[in-house]
Amino acid sequence: MSFPTPLRLSGRENLPFISALLGTTGVFVLLIVSLLVANLMFVDGTHIKAALDSPEIIWAIKLSLVTCTITAVLSVVVAVPAGYLLARVPFRGRALVDALVDVPIVLPPIVVGLALLLLFNQTDIGRWLEGIVSTVLAWFNDIAPGIMRWLGMEGPGRRGLTFDIPGVILAQWAVASAFAIRTMRVAFEQTDDRRERVALVLGCTRRQAFQWVALPEVKQGIIAAGTLAWARALGEFGPILVFAGATRMKTEVLPTTVFLEMNVGNVEAAATVSLLMVAVAMTVLLSARALGARIGV
Amino acid sequence: MLELRSISIEAGGFVLEGLDLQVETGTWASIMGPTGSGKTTVLEAVCGLRQVTAGSIWIGGDVVTHALPRHRGIGLVPQDGALFAGMRVEAMLGLPLRARGVRRGTRRRQVREMADRLGIRGLLRRTADGLSGGERQRIALGRALIHEPRLLCLDEPLSAIDRDTGSSLRALLTDLRDTGSVTVLHVTHDELEVRALAHTIWRMEDGVLAKLDETDHATNAR
Repeated sequence: MSFPTPLRLSGRENLPFISALLGTTGVFVLLIVSLLVANLMFVDGTHIKAALDSPEIIWAIKLSLVTCTITAVLSVVVAVPAGYLLARVPFRGRALVDALVDVPIVLPPIVVGLALLLLFNQTDIGRWLEGIVSTVLAWFNDIAPGIMRWLGMEGPGRRGLTFDIPGVILAQWAVASAFAIRTMRVAFEQTDDRRERVALVLGCTRRQAFQWVALPEVKQGIIAAGTLAWARALGEFGPILVFAGATRMKTEVLPTTVFLEMNVGNVEAAATVSLLMVAVAMTVLLSARALGARIGV
Repeated sequence: MLELRSISIEAGGFVLEGLDLQVETGTWASIMGPTGSGKTTVLEAVCGLRQVTAGSIWIGGDVVTHALPRHRGIGLVPQDGALFAGMRVEAMLGLPLRARGVRRGTRRRQVREMADRLGIRGLLRRTADGLSGGERQRIALGRALIHEPRLLCLDEPLSAIDRDTGSSLRALLTDLRDTGSVTVLHVTHDELEVRALAHTIWRMEDGVLAKLDETDHATNAR
């Protein structure tokens, strides 16, 4: 059964209930608005113009957009099968895997960064993996130098993970994908697996039932997971600082810019970049919702 | 022919043991029983959606006790249809053929023939959203029959629709029964539905599955 019109709460008898809803929501919204106003008090037109004229900040905006988008895509690529596995497939050790997936969510971000640094800098397997990434990047540099130049990764020098742009993506992905997996798990759990069972009886393999029946039912979950991963990646700072560094015009994303500007006492620039982040985040989140509405999910 | 030979099924908190059932090829068998008696559990075991812990299941002379659901040659119409969300009716009807690697052109022709047979040609471009209960069940029936299964399993096919729509769907099922082209296992709690459709009636109660009756349809069919 579906209810096409929104449930309305009107009338005197509902007043206390509506007041409670508005009051609790209002406290949180007021906090967010206050934070934005506090930032705005330090920013005027000249600061915004100076920020947009700054090659370092433009670089940070570009790098943030590119890395967050790549991270969101990679997170969804992992989250869809992982969420399905955890939601639908019973296997020994599922509770353990489920708990491990949540580790990046509960750990302090800086601990994730430290663990990444130790893995890729101090262990043989980590160095071997970094070698593979370097080889792939060198190959990509040969076949698509234009893209690498646009990413600021062109040239003959050896590129890798640690203290480099791929490290920014890996640091973002390590945390963002945990949120995406959680979202996809819930999305699969909320759909009725009876339809997949029917598909199996009618001749589908598990892969076909997943691809043709289960996956179209979680379109909304995929958009939500991607959006959440993107937003989480945009705000990621701790792991990036430790694992990829805070080098201007190299591994500098928007949170790094805020950190660097605050370190030199330039509060106005830090506040301006913070507001830019809010603007970028709102634009992308609203666009994702509009896209979701347009494709009917 | 469908045959259950002393099968046992573990389902949640209860166990069904020593169940026997025989359905002759081309005939219609209905299992009646109150809600929670385990009749749908038996249907799921036949479809391969529940593990059988003892005994054997035979379909068309083959033992399928531990076969994957897709290898049993079954068409399933679940309660309320369980139509695939977001998928066009045309794709939904063709899905069993697509899973079997039938080419697109052949698939399209067979889907249209099935849609004409069930009176749902006008729905082929639509999705499940906004369809009536009767339309949903017709689509589910078409989806279950299109690959010419050896056995058709129906789980309360008329329970989620109104009386008028139920009459036209019942007429469709009656035609299907009278052709004798497919063996049918049907579970329901509705005795009128059973009397209207079944050749043989089985009753499931207190963990016991027993043959109750043969209807006039069985006599007429002979």
